[in-house]
Amino acid sequence: MNDTQLPVWEVFIQANPGIAHKHAGNVHAADAEMALQNARDVYSRRNEGISIWVVPAAAITASSPEDQGAFFEPSNDKPYRHPTFYKIPEGVKYL
Amino acid sequence: MEDQKQIEAFETKIASGVKIEPKDWMPEAYRKQLIRMMSQHAHSEIVGMLPEGNWITRAPSLRRKAILLAKVQDEAGHGLYLYSATETLGIDRTELLEQLHSGKAKYSSIFNYPTLTWADIGAIGWLVDGAAIMNQTALARGSYGPYSRAMVRICKEESFHNRQGYEIMMHLSQGTEEQKAMAQDAFNRWWWPSIMMLGPSDDQSPNSDQLMRWKVKMESNDAIRQRFIDRTVPQADFIGLKVPDKDMKFNEATGHYEHGPINWEEFFDVIKGNGPCNAKRLKDRKEADIKGRWVREAAMAYANKRMKEKEVA
Repeated sequence: MNDTQLPVWEVFIQANPGIAHKHAGNVHAADAEMALQNARDVYSRRNEGISIWVVPAAAITASSPEDQGAFFEPSNDKPYRHPTFYKIPEGVKYL
Repeated sequence: MEDQKQIEAFETKIASGVKIEPKDWMPEAYRKQLIRMMSQHAHSEIVGMLPEGNWITRAPSLRRKAILLAKVQDEAGHGLYLYSATETLGIDRTELLEQLHSGKAKYSSIFNYPTLTWADIGAIGWLVDGAAIMNQTALARGSYGPYSRAMVRICKEESFHNRQGYEIMMHLSQGTEEQKAMAQDAFNRWWWPSIMMLGPSDDQSPNSDQLMRWKVKMESNDAIRQRFIDRTVPQADFIGLKVPDKDMKFNEATGHYEHGPINWEEFFDVIKGNGPCNAKRLKDRKEADIKGRWVREAAMAYANKRMKEKEVA
């Protein structure tokens, strides 16, 4: 059997209640439970988190940097999506 | 031949302080150099666990034992962050470890020295981790995103290592004559290897302008070494340890300490494999890998079995 060093899992940690989980790094593990334990040992040795998510790295699909232009371009020519696009007369309140 | 335009865009990006991320285009030389540097760094973290692990069972108190255990655990974590960061360059950990075990990849020369007394644990934390921090804070400003992020995290953790080492040396220096002598002896043995571990002097080190321009290397070896010496000598003075360099003197005009000649022959000899512990470190490392193999296989077999059971159910 090939020694694979076990599959890679990406680790996301929530530092405090009410804020989003943030990518912390990755670990190698045979299954989800081991990934969680390894993530705790590696990424929260100093109270860095209150909640951990682990996701098999192979399950993540990422956008590609080469397509960055074309991929994100469509939002550039739509300034009317921002509130500053609209001119409101002085004196009008709460808008 | 790489497209000149691609290289120019890459260099402009770096010059303006934008980090390079794993899927971004990068020159092959950049990728290769980073794999070499980062894996060497990762290997140093896990080989560095060996000389310290030597003292876990013999730490002089429960407090010291708990601290040393936590430190060695940190080094394992640092190794893992760095292997992970290296893997983003398209090489896997199995291959990186093979390079370490076959001797193709190097690790820091410093870990080929033995830890003879408890004071060596103090000297390592204070000097070796101190020197490593000098290097790593510079690297944290490097251009490769995953490496720079790993460095930021590692630097935060290393400062505990540095301080606990100094504390050991301080306590020994305030102790009995025998304890003082033990601290001085450890200092004598670790001082020179510590200033050597920051790499060959600038006139012997072929650091091209390219690596500086690409922010793979941030500062020259001699500049980092000078900063380490300037910070460490007063720390030694404070606890009454004598720097084992009869030529060491403070230059009032420059504000820097000037050191005597470094024995580079010893440095290159240790790198070639002739240090006191090279063979032992590599043997222990390989054994750990072989002994752990069945655990990885069993864990994988168990995970696969559980997965199948789930599918059936």
